[in-house]
Amino acid sequence: MSLVNYAAREITCKIVYYGPGRSGKTSNLHYVYNQVPGDRRGSMVSLATQTDRTLFFDFLPLDLGTISGFTTRLQLYTVPGQVYYATTRKLVLQGADGVVFVADSQRRQIEENVESMQDLHANLAEQGVDARNVPLVIQYNKQDLPRELIMDVSELDDILNFRGVPFHAGDALRGTGVFETLRSISELVLRRLSGAAAPRVAVGQ
Amino acid sequence: MSVLLDGRFRFDNYVVGASNRLAVAAARAVAESPGASYNPLFIYSPSGLGKTHLIGAIGFAAKQLQPDLVVEYVPLDDFVDQLHLAISSGQAEAFKQRYQRVDMLLLDDVQFLTGRRETQSEMLRIFNALQGSGRQIIMASDRPPSEIADVDERLVTRLAGGLIVDIGLPEYETRVAILRNKCAEREMTFADGVLEELARMPCGSVRELQGALNRLAAHEALGERSVTPANVRSIIAAGRVTPDLGRAGAVATDEFAGFISDIAVAVAQHVEGWRVRLGQRIAHWQAAGYRTTMLERTLAMNEEADVDALDAAFASGVARLEQLEAQAVLLDPRLAGLDVFRDPQHIPEAEARVEQAIAAQNPPPGPWPAFTLETMIAGKSNQLALRAAEATIEAPGVRYNPLFVHGGPGVGKTHLVHAVGNALRRKAPLSGPVACVSGSQFVDELIAALQDGTVDRWRARYRTAGALIVDDVHALAGKERSQDELFHLFNALHSAGKQVVLASDRPPSEIGELEARLRSRFDGGLVVAIQPPDRTLRESLYVRTLQDRAPDAEPGVAALLAELPVSGAAEVESVIDRVLHAARAAGGAVTLSLVRRELGAGGAATPVSSPAVADKSFLDLEKIVMEWPEPDGRVIEELR
Repeated sequence: MSLVNYAAREITCKIVYYGPGRSGKTSNLHYVYNQVPGDRRGSMVSLATQTDRTLFFDFLPLDLGTISGFTTRLQLYTVPGQVYYATTRKLVLQGADGVVFVADSQRRQIEENVESMQDLHANLAEQGVDARNVPLVIQYNKQDLPRELIMDVSELDDILNFRGVPFHAGDALRGTGVFETLRSISELVLRRLSGAAAPRVAVGQ
Repeated sequence: MSVLLDGRFRFDNYVVGASNRLAVAAARAVAESPGASYNPLFIYSPSGLGKTHLIGAIGFAAKQLQPDLVVEYVPLDDFVDQLHLAISSGQAEAFKQRYQRVDMLLLDDVQFLTGRRETQSEMLRIFNALQGSGRQIIMASDRPPSEIADVDERLVTRLAGGLIVDIGLPEYETRVAILRNKCAEREMTFADGVLEELARMPCGSVRELQGALNRLAAHEALGERSVTPANVRSIIAAGRVTPDLGRAGAVATDEFAGFISDIAVAVAQHVEGWRVRLGQRIAHWQAAGYRTTMLERTLAMNEEADVDALDAAFASGVARLEQLEAQAVLLDPRLAGLDVFRDPQHIPEAEARVEQAIAAQNPPPGPWPAFTLETMIAGKSNQLALRAAEATIEAPGVRYNPLFVHGGPGVGKTHLVHAVGNALRRKAPLSGPVACVSGSQFVDELIAALQDGTVDRWRARYRTAGALIVDDVHALAGKERSQDELFHLFNALHSAGKQVVLASDRPPSEIGELEARLRSRFDGGLVVAIQPPDRTLRESLYVRTLQDRAPDAEPGVAALLAELPVSGAAEVESVIDRVLHAARAAGGAVTLSLVRRELGAGGAATPVSSPAVADKSFLDLEKIVMEWPEPDGRVIEELR
């Protein structure tokens, strides 16, 4: 998929929210959905199970309007986090311009985070994509939970952010860090427009 | 100079942001090369966002670059007032002329055109005049042309014909920049963060923003309380009639708006400038209805391209096409909007189309239909020329090209070449009409075309000819420009395999003041002479003429008349005239005795013949080859 169509003056970015099950990917999209004026968003497509778990994927098209003369659209997807939806994850990941990794900050979930991160890299590799070239931002979600239940950002970063990508602390239910994360990944993706590989610089909170 | 153009409104004090970048880029382009890029330029935005500043800046910048430029700024209302005044004082023509002298017309508040029919038609006329001569029109309005109610359709398309750009609400960064600019201009200072806080507040226009800034400044000056980022909102809110702050939605929307404005900055930073510009140009040209394959190909390439040069080349192509289309439409309105006028890659085709139209509209003069080969009487003196003519008709453009016929006056050159023309015309297929023109007519037409500035059209008339015949080509002697034109015309036709036939009273080598390049080309085909008629031919001519004009003439008159040498068929006619006149005077028929008396008496006093001196070699029968084994142009040339 071409990111920028100069002739038609369109920019379309596909951004995939990745992460372990119940880390808050869909919550991110929900928050964005609720903040966007009605005329700017498409209907959010969510295929969920009876218990509100993402079964297939969420899809939220966002029309950012005309920016610098370009009709700019963001397509936000989430993958189902559960381990057994591997095929769906691969499908959704295809053609992604950028990935947001939503990590669950709960101490007991650290293994799932690591696994999911490895899964992301494995899937990218399988699609022949060099993970180092894919714009990636990490969100450490659920930082609002009691301190004793969660690991703090620097701890998580030591474990998960071995590539030193931008990261944000988040509370997706209340919206903390949601737009910061989206902004961060969008900028990384757009930076690739100029052709140069996106430099990976850690942008701390 | 208008107040607006006094330099208060400049590009360097106009803050550029994502919301107005396109408008400013277009404005700069127009200021730098008026009339060339976007004409007309139509800028619209809600009030208070800087339209007037921008068009003022265009006028000022254009004036700076070209001090001689006549720039006129006029709000539509003034324009209407002037028009009414002019009409009421009977000066409507002067009004029109005044505006037609303007190089750059800046028209503000165009939305007031609504319903003003007479102003609209006047404007349409002025626009046509200005645009037709490549002068720039810039308009500002609070709405796009399509939304200005009750406006003449033609005017709307005219308004929309160039580039339409809008100016949006400034985003946060631009608002901060505008506020900082204003502060610097008026030497005001505020505590850190105050301007940023003010910029964060929703505002409907730059004017509103200025108003808010003024309010803060007033507060600061009164010293009631110092302005801090924390109390900015309360100070401004106190002054607002309908404070729209503090709504739950406002903050929430802000988060998304902030996101958008950040993204806008990122997009602006990272999209490749040249591709954006090229994309804009492509969109512009496509909107104008042109095919842009040429530019799109460049867009797909990896290396950075020189967009300005490409665009300039494309624009000049478009200009040429417009010119061609206008020319074509003048000739045939059905040609308007033809595909061939929409692709700058195919200008030669468009040019060919116009030439066709010209030729169809105004074909070059043709041969006189009365002259045919059948009415030409063959004799020894002209049989060579006749055979060459027949060979030419048989294979036009192949055998003898050009065929150059020369001979004294009245020997029948004109008859022969026109007859060739008629035969060629009947002979299908020829790629165009047979152009048949005398040398002096050629010169006169060229002079007339030079006078009217229609040389191109005149040229095209002949270029489309399927064959060219120039009688009395010696009339071009000493006329350099005509020779030049004939030379190019000759080359164009000759290289396209079209037949050229020329006639003159002398061979090319004896035409004085004839350019060598033309002479050598004339010599390059077959040069053939027509001699004054010999006795046999004279008799045949007299027999035929007498049959027509004096069928009751005594037998033997023709033979008697033929004893006297004449220069050609024309003289035969005049001899017959004399004889008939004498016969009428005598009140009798044409008899041998009458002829003897008449010619014997007047013969010496009015010599009926002046022996034409021509190529003497042909007088020697031994040197004439009557049967040509392989009558090929080259062979004849060598023999001659």
